[in-house]
Amino acid sequence: MEPASGIRLDHNHRLSLKEFPYIIRWRDDRCKRCGRCTAVCPVKAIEPTVKVQRVVKSEGSVPTPVAVRSVTHVVEQVTDMERYCTGCGTCTLVCPNEAIEPEFNPQHKFLHYKNKGGDGYKRGGRRNDPSISTLDRLKFTRISMLTDPALDAGRHEFRVRSYIGRILPPEELPLKLVNGKLVVDKQSAFIPPVREIFPIMIGSMSVGALSPPMWEGLAMGVAYLNEVEGMPVVMCSGEGGMPPRLLKSKYLKYFIIQIASGYFGWDEIIHAIPHMVEDPAAIEIKYGQGAKPGDGGLLMAQKVLKLIAKIRGVPQFVDLASPPTHQTKYSIEEAVAKMIQSMSMAFGFRVPVYPKISGTKTARAVLNNLARNPYAAALSIDGEDGGTGAAYNVSMDKMGHPIASNLRECYLDLVKQGKQNELPLIAAGGIGKRGNLAANAAALIMLGASAVAIGKYIMQAAADCFGDEYNRCNLCNTGKCPRGITTQDPKLYRRLDSDKVAERVVEVFKAADVELRKIFAPMGRSTELPIGMSDGLSIDDPAMAERLGISYAC
Amino acid sequence: MCRLAAITSKDYISSIEPILALETMKEGHDGSGLGLTLKNLGGEFEKLKKYPILSGICSKSGKKTLDDFMKKQGFKLRHEWTPKIKPVKGIVARDYYFARAYDYPVSYKDKSMSEKEDLLMKTRIALRKMGEHDESIFAFSFYPDVITLKEVGDPLEVAEFFGLDRDGLKAKVIFAQGRQNTNYAIYLYACHPFFIQGYCSMTNGENTAFVPIREFLMSRGFPGYIGYNSDSEVFTHILHYTVRQLKFPLTYYKDVITPLKVAEIQQRDDSEALRLIKQSLRPLCIDGPNMVIGFTPDGTCFMVQDSKKLRPGVVGGVKGKYALMSEECGVDKIIPKRDRSKDIFPMKYDMVIISPDAQEVKVWNQLQG
Repeated sequence: MEPASGIRLDHNHRLSLKEFPYIIRWRDDRCKRCGRCTAVCPVKAIEPTVKVQRVVKSEGSVPTPVAVRSVTHVVEQVTDMERYCTGCGTCTLVCPNEAIEPEFNPQHKFLHYKNKGGDGYKRGGRRNDPSISTLDRLKFTRISMLTDPALDAGRHEFRVRSYIGRILPPEELPLKLVNGKLVVDKQSAFIPPVREIFPIMIGSMSVGALSPPMWEGLAMGVAYLNEVEGMPVVMCSGEGGMPPRLLKSKYLKYFIIQIASGYFGWDEIIHAIPHMVEDPAAIEIKYGQGAKPGDGGLLMAQKVLKLIAKIRGVPQFVDLASPPTHQTKYSIEEAVAKMIQSMSMAFGFRVPVYPKISGTKTARAVLNNLARNPYAAALSIDGEDGGTGAAYNVSMDKMGHPIASNLRECYLDLVKQGKQNELPLIAAGGIGKRGNLAANAAALIMLGASAVAIGKYIMQAAADCFGDEYNRCNLCNTGKCPRGITTQDPKLYRRLDSDKVAERVVEVFKAADVELRKIFAPMGRSTELPIGMSDGLSIDDPAMAERLGISYAC
Repeated sequence: MCRLAAITSKDYISSIEPILALETMKEGHDGSGLGLTLKNLGGEFEKLKKYPILSGICSKSGKKTLDDFMKKQGFKLRHEWTPKIKPVKGIVARDYYFARAYDYPVSYKDKSMSEKEDLLMKTRIALRKMGEHDESIFAFSFYPDVITLKEVGDPLEVAEFFGLDRDGLKAKVIFAQGRQNTNYAIYLYACHPFFIQGYCSMTNGENTAFVPIREFLMSRGFPGYIGYNSDSEVFTHILHYTVRQLKFPLTYYKDVITPLKVAEIQQRDDSEALRLIKQSLRPLCIDGPNMVIGFTPDGTCFMVQDSKKLRPGVVGGVKGKYALMSEECGVDKIIPKRDRSKDIFPMKYDMVIISPDAQEVKVWNQLQG
């Protein structure tokens, strides 16, 4: 309403656009008022509206300026904190005339206001840290050239493979000599199950957190990689179970089933055990996640639709919170030992069972606990850059431990005990944060990881996720993912084509395989992963070099 | 790339022979050192076979320390060989080079060979540690019927320096390495061949897996797994670990350092054991262009290499004398009258094994097992 007199209404209770992280740049001259942008905006941050304009016009042969008022259609950004523009840019994608785009506003004061109702700001995805991570600062500096030529990444035979599972120390192998050959004496010792896998795995993202086409796309891509490309890539289910048909299929062997403190989906899994034709690749017991160490999982009510409710065995549209600890266990030692034991037993001791924890200073305590447990198959450590679908912003930004040094100290701890090959370490959190998937993975392997897990990277690469470290998008927890990756809303997820996701998953892994060879070949390694080959790494910071036990190069 | 020359024979041969072979391969080494290990000794040591021989170098002060220490340990000196040094330009003579045969301490007279081996190794390590900081004592080997000589310089000149062409130092198995300095500084302990408790090897190539292998070996808790001034020293220790500690037959050394692919393992009779070995000994995969020549306590010699080695080594000779060399010209020099068509160039899956006294040559194929 336009004021009738010169008195202005007081707008002091409102925020101006300058307070928001993204400001919509809308061009009146290019906009053809089709309305597509406002229709696709997942958070309704823009809306079509009308404005009255006073225009001085002159018609006829003699100048006769006349002020006229006309009503025009405009696209306007709202200044309502509940409908702030996340900068996802879906509007830009659908605009036929390039008339609209969100622009990052570095002066924003978003976090000062985003806790209305007294609840801290929750979001999915990424930390607000766009700086170069330690992983990206590591360089591979030990190149074979002079004394022996480097290997040829294109022509040499490479075996980029790793193991998941408890590996017996050589001194304890149940071997005996018969006619000059070694044979296994199966009666004399328990031989833990071990799987050969590709060293980059898809980390735990649940059915429920991901939309049906996204999860299907990943699963199809993984199956294709195994069956057609011969790459043993495995994928973790995340908490929340798996589609029953998949549990009973031959494809189960490519999946790691996760059990977390909410035990969601485990009813279905237990019931499916007698019908399983294949064992799963492994069982992952989740104790923590990198984005919010010491905190539980949460699937927001808006994402618990019919399919999800059925798989998880819960009512629809209720918040599904997993507690921070496994409530039935008294202590972490007891929890880990008992759960590993019972899970191993449930699958006939044929499946590796390992825990996943957040990267923290106490990771070594857990590690040493596992090192003494002959049934522990690995330890997965999720560094602070690891994402999760619904975390408090403060947890994402301020909690947790970077993966590089956490993993390194765990590995060196194992070296001290001579168990570096017995208990594989899986590193996660921020791998490929800036797109350098293979380089980050190789660096972690050379710091001591047997394998790495990726989550956000595969969402970005395979499904064109919009999220970034400037808090762009990050709607994963709200069920409003504009790409259809982390939503259960059919209107949104039908934007995503699962076949295309699968195709990209395959492309991403094949490319990573080539890039890993391009790193390993000049380092002179081709048949075994350079786990712990720390003399190959350098960093441009003396303190970091000292901390990681690698050389300093500048 | 280092040049390697090994000869195994049923008769005693002069230690100058492999050095002449090295001379023919001169283009390949940079003359930064010579290492020589002799086994199954003839000449003045022929009658001292049961007595352990300590090989090394020491300064004047080091000699006193050494004597005092050995006396204190209860070792009695039985015989001593020292080279008649001929001054050679470019080689700075150290005070005292020696190979000394000792009698075991009385308390060890009736102990098992394994216990004696541990004593000898611990004594050698103690001497090494005592003399390492001021380079007053170098102790290369301490074992019955084995002598090790090392010095920095061109191999032929070092041989002249030691007077090996004149001296009667003879043996049935002689390993020599003309080295090229690789990733680490020139240092006597970095010179091949490396020896531990009857196991010896020398290598050419670059060991890119050195750090994880070193970490793995050192974490085994075996006191002899120290040193590692060369990235190749680990090959000897892997041999020792595989055969002596784990009690695997020699051929499994190949399976440890160059494991087969999963699909290839299926073809072997012992596939189950092999699968476990591949997993448990994963850090010991050498994964680089390396050729290893070695011997075991019984005098068996072998040659093995990684599939990435661009040019294989060669084994050739006649019954009773075989040469294992990095270059064919070296074999030509030592055993010119042989059937060259029977020379063996071991490939990816092969391990050439020559029985003691050079009686039989076998090519063991890893795929066939």
